[in-house]
Amino acid sequence: MSDPRTAAASVVDPEIRVITIDELGILRAVEEDPGSGRVTVTITPTYTGCPAMDVIRSDIRRALTAAGHPDAEVRTVYSPPWSTDWISEGGRAKLAAAGIAPPAPVSTPGVVALTLSVRCPRCGSPETEQLSRFGSTACKALWRCRSCSEPFDNLKAL
Amino acid sequence: MNGPVDFTLALGDDALIAAQRLAEWTTRAPEMEEDIALANIALDQLGAARLLLSYAAELEGAGRDEDALAYLRDDRQFRNVHLVELPNGDFAVTMAKLFFLAAYQLPLYTALAGCSDERLAAIGAKARKESAYHLEHAALWVKRLGDGTEESHSRMQLAVDQIWPYTHELFAADPAAPVDPAALRPAFDATVGPVLAEATLTLPESGWAPAGGRAGVHTEHLSYLLAEMQVLHRAHPGASW
Repeated sequence: MSDPRTAAASVVDPEIRVITIDELGILRAVEEDPGSGRVTVTITPTYTGCPAMDVIRSDIRRALTAAGHPDAEVRTVYSPPWSTDWISEGGRAKLAAAGIAPPAPVSTPGVVALTLSVRCPRCGSPETEQLSRFGSTACKALWRCRSCSEPFDNLKAL
Repeated sequence: MNGPVDFTLALGDDALIAAQRLAEWTTRAPEMEEDIALANIALDQLGAARLLLSYAAELEGAGRDEDALAYLRDDRQFRNVHLVELPNGDFAVTMAKLFFLAAYQLPLYTALAGCSDERLAAIGAKARKESAYHLEHAALWVKRLGDGTEESHSRMQLAVDQIWPYTHELFAADPAAPVDPAALRPAFDATVGPVLAEATLTLPESGWAPAGGRAGVHTEHLSYLLAEMQVLHRAHPGASW
């Protein structure tokens, strides 16, 4: 049997497959009952309506079963609300490497930060423009680089 | 209304019906980016609706769940305001509806985040971040259309005139509720006023104020919406895939 925390933390986000749920900051806790061996995993959604949550729950259970922890429960909490500030440095680097511009820091809680310039994750140019305030998933917006002309996703600061 | 159950149900119904209406734009929006935007906003509303209806079902304690509340109630049992059930109309009407709804939901969820009910506070803290983005988006369109061409201005003004009377129902006093909607009015007015002014739009005289949604008395439009939303679940109860 391997460590349940390591097993749960290795689950990748089903919609952004380059980053784990741990790096994304949605894995909140992994607890193992020393008596029964029952594992309780606590996660929180990025957006309330995130349609990937069901897949994430079943992926966690599958990863724990494979690691020797078939008795597992996945709980979902909503407080404190997820923030893009919870994405780890490693996670941000992986997003950028996959062509997704990482979010700007959230300055004031509850207020959507006004991002003045998003650096192109491909060529690094700050000469970019927003094409659409919403993107292919709830957590992204669509941008384009004016220097290299490539469109790219930006994880919206939340 | 009768305490936290009715209050939670009302908010959940507002979000659910708003989600269903917004989803009608999918594949029909004026441009691809807006299609994606409206679908995303609908998804946020659906997310909030699921949390609120699940909690309302728990508070009710009658063995129902979010699905039973969404799919197995008839129109007279829904507690949403008329604003959200009104047809989408043209794009300007949809933006007027979304703008007024978001300008109400943002202070509502913000106030909920600080209320004494832990579950509602968690939902409020989560949903207000999404509401802030909806409000920004709708406000941009209201300004762009209002301060745009002669045609877009006249249609945005018509939309505001048509939808404005339905905003009053949002703020009907309910002192027993975890957050009294009447207390949200100043924040709503402070948001709406400057945006409309920048959009060169004017508010109609406040007079007619249709209401009844919170008591289950709806416009004819809700039944048609529910028929479409509920038919699959009712035809195949308990089905899964």
